[in-house]
Amino acid sequence: MLELKDVNTFYGSIQALKSVSMSVQKGEIITLIGANGAGKSTTLMTISGIVRPASGVVAFEGQDLGALEPDQIVATGICQVPEGRRIFPYLTVQENLDLGAYLRRDNAEIHKDLDYVFTLFPILSQRRHQAGGTLSGGEQQMLAISRALMARPRLLLLDEPSLGLAPLIVQQIFEILTQINRENGTTIFLVEQNAYMALRIAHRGYVMENGVIVLADAASALLENDEVKSAYLGV
Amino acid sequence: MNYFLNLVIGGLTRGSIYALLALGYTMVYGIIELINFAHGEIYMIGAFTALIVALALSFLGLDGISILVIASLIAMVYSAAYGFTMEKIAYKPVRNSLRLSALISAIGMSLFLQNYVRLAQTSNFVPFPTLIPEMQFLQTLPVRINSAQVVILTTTAIVMVALTFLIKFTRIGKSMRAASQDKTMAMLLGVNVNRVISVTFVIGSATAALGGVLISSFTGQINFYIGFMAGIKAFVAAVLGGIGSIPGAVLGSFVLGLTESLGAGYISSDYEDVFAFAILIIILILKPSGLLGRPENKKV
Repeated sequence: MLELKDVNTFYGSIQALKSVSMSVQKGEIITLIGANGAGKSTTLMTISGIVRPASGVVAFEGQDLGALEPDQIVATGICQVPEGRRIFPYLTVQENLDLGAYLRRDNAEIHKDLDYVFTLFPILSQRRHQAGGTLSGGEQQMLAISRALMARPRLLLLDEPSLGLAPLIVQQIFEILTQINRENGTTIFLVEQNAYMALRIAHRGYVMENGVIVLADAASALLENDEVKSAYLGV
Repeated sequence: MNYFLNLVIGGLTRGSIYALLALGYTMVYGIIELINFAHGEIYMIGAFTALIVALALSFLGLDGISILVIASLIAMVYSAAYGFTMEKIAYKPVRNSLRLSALISAIGMSLFLQNYVRLAQTSNFVPFPTLIPEMQFLQTLPVRINSAQVVILTTTAIVMVALTFLIKFTRIGKSMRAASQDKTMAMLLGVNVNRVISVTFVIGSATAALGGVLISSFTGQINFYIGFMAGIKAFVAAVLGGIGSIPGAVLGSFVLGLTESLGAGYISSDYEDVFAFAILIIILILKPSGLLGRPENKKV
């Protein structure tokens, strides 16, 4: 479904991604784990077209994304929940969700999806008319995921959804991610520092160090891998 | 009492014109954090366009109000085209460089447009026809208000309501607010931010042109330099209200207009501009984010 081939991305003279190749199959949950600054967020931003690779190909369902603007990439069916959630603080919860459906015109279906995200996260329907900035961290993460779901993406990119959240909330959010994947067949590309949680729900995983993919395997195998254990699982 | 009311009406009229201009400043700042110093020139170009159209139309024997409406609409479209083009050639190329570059580009654009109009038209004041006919019933009111002021106040009110509706409830309005809060996130949701910026310039330029046309038919004369002072004042109004905030720009404009009018009426009209800038300094000391501005929180 998504294919990265030999992608090199630079920030000025610093190379953030070094010949990164990876693939995501339809219906999968894929995780990319690694330390701070390994290039995980850059990978997602490259897929979304916010940063441009210096060389290499990013293709979604056979279509080269290199020539597309970020908004056109969203139109192909890719939506990202970026690091730090990036809720529009002065827009209401409802308006944040409306913006998720920005490119859609099918009002009846948008309503259905709105009901769907409210069943996933009932708290959001109570907060509906509150400004996004007044929500707690966990609620903001729920809103960020819901907002992306409103785009009805076929590929959902998530950047550290567990960041700064209480373990119980993290648990809840990860359960809902598997539920979204199971119920809607939404393909999920999850970037995480919380390797244990991510590998538990993922089918396959990639490990990134200093912009290089160093390991790629089934998630269950990575959980048992000695290097992964010592470096990321703290075992 | 009557004197006071007259000053208030005068102040509100001024405030209306400032508001039509300040909207452009504040909306552009809200989205790309640029003080568009050439904004006053758009207002001046609007006035000149209307003048030319009005002269042409007067040969056709139309009455004042129809000329005013047609001339305003053409001026708005023409100025909007200027605003759109200006953003594309002077601001978009430097959008990702230092803020100072865009600011210098804006000042350059301002000087360019002033001198372009001076060379293409004239450096002298030219008379602007009185397009707004006298309304007899106004004579019977206890306060002195003329028809031009009535037209200015109502037009401004209509524009404000329409704009509030646009920003609050429409799809483009939501995308404008989203882009002003977080451009990257807006892009990640499929908002074409370049288009949003263009729309912002188009709307701001059109309202500025409308202000230019209305005030010119009130004052009766224009030259290539009228945009400069009006632009600076509207900028003061926008900062006063809290730059980036639309209700703030409107409030700031009326505060500024009333201060100038009352100050000129009760103290001395020679100090009119002094009052305008004094109130700016006072507000900046007491509340740097402006009357309705949000405290600046730097994005990480």
